[in-house]
Amino acid sequence: MSDLKPKPDDKKAVDEMGLLILAIAANQDRAAFRRLFDHFAPRIKAFIIGQRTDPSMAEEVVQETLVNVWRKAKLFDPQKASAATWIFTIARNLRVDLIRKSNRPEPDVNDPTYLPEPDISAADQLSKSQDANQLRQTIEQLPDEQQAVLRLAFFEEKSHPEVALTLGVPLGTVKSRIRLALKRLRLEIGENQ
Amino acid sequence: MNKINHHPGEDLLFDYATGALGEGWSLAIATHLAICPACRHSVSDIETIGGQLLDDPSPEPVNEATFDQLISQIDQEPDQIEAPLNRRNPDAQSPVLPEPLRSYVGGDVNQLAWKRLGFGASQLLIPLREQGVTARLLCIPAGRPVPTHSHGGLELTLVMSGAFSDDTGRYGRGDLQEADDQLEHQPHAGADADCICLAITDAPLKFKSFAARVVQPFLGI
Repeated sequence: MSDLKPKPDDKKAVDEMGLLILAIAANQDRAAFRRLFDHFAPRIKAFIIGQRTDPSMAEEVVQETLVNVWRKAKLFDPQKASAATWIFTIARNLRVDLIRKSNRPEPDVNDPTYLPEPDISAADQLSKSQDANQLRQTIEQLPDEQQAVLRLAFFEEKSHPEVALTLGVPLGTVKSRIRLALKRLRLEIGENQ
Repeated sequence: MNKINHHPGEDLLFDYATGALGEGWSLAIATHLAICPACRHSVSDIETIGGQLLDDPSPEPVNEATFDQLISQIDQEPDQIEAPLNRRNPDAQSPVLPEPLRSYVGGDVNQLAWKRLGFGASQLLIPLREQGVTARLLCIPAGRPVPTHSHGGLELTLVMSGAFSDDTGRYGRGDLQEADDQLEHQPHAGADADCICLAITDAPLKFKSFAARVVQPFLGI
């Protein structure tokens, strides 16, 4: 499975956690899995507990998320997402399934109707994860009110109307706070692409 | 391939990306994403923010037994490893309905058990796991109008084939219309072909004409 390892001429450096996932994909590397667990399990748990979920339920989501990381490791594409982003999408889907008891429909990249991205030149394929620290700093520099809506949305999985209800502000205010935050953060994400 | 002109608002894409958007609305968004790389790009930016927030340096200690449970779960079912599928044959006949919609309705448009709806239209109710929202596939015959109506709540309409027009514009394959209780409209199917669309609502439509209101309870719309 050497084709899963980054080639030396790749424009993009894969971060440490991404390399661990590639090692799991290539060799079912348990030492790599342990290191990945040590880093992400407590973070996934903190993320899920943020949604006022009881700790045993949160542990279940943590466990299921990491089982999925193990099983889906060969589907991880470091050109498309950082390890943290990929794991976020897995935890998010499990939270919908296990905690909200619902489904989260998703497109299927292998379906004949799926319209692929226009080809991206190698020069554009820079990491979204490379400047994770910079993105974090930018989030921390957002006005408090914008950070608050992001946290309610991501950690407590609240929709726009639910965020408005929680904060006691009009829906339009929530929309504009999220729009402003996204506009600022997209500049950061765009620069790294 | 026609160009998509009407995309979901950023708020819908955002709620879809965080996981907060309910199943029915998400079905419309996910089906749009299947044929709209531009909106997939927006969703992936929002997921990058989610990844960053997940990686926040304030972790919560995890039960030490969890890792051992993980390993034993993995060892019990070693054959559950997923491998990337080969990409589809590009020459294959492409269905009209993209995934995930096709699986939700149980087949492509020519395989479905449509139910007559009146005014020449037919529909297929789509079962959802989540309550409170109705998802249906609608087929409006070419050139025919849907009786003038407004909305008790929100409605998302995603065109899958043919087209419809109302005062707000023309909607073809992949176009998504967001309607709320402010919009009263009389959509017309395009003259060339039947219009098949996915409609998601959280309240019954309010028909303007008395006749349509009288028969509405029997139509299930």
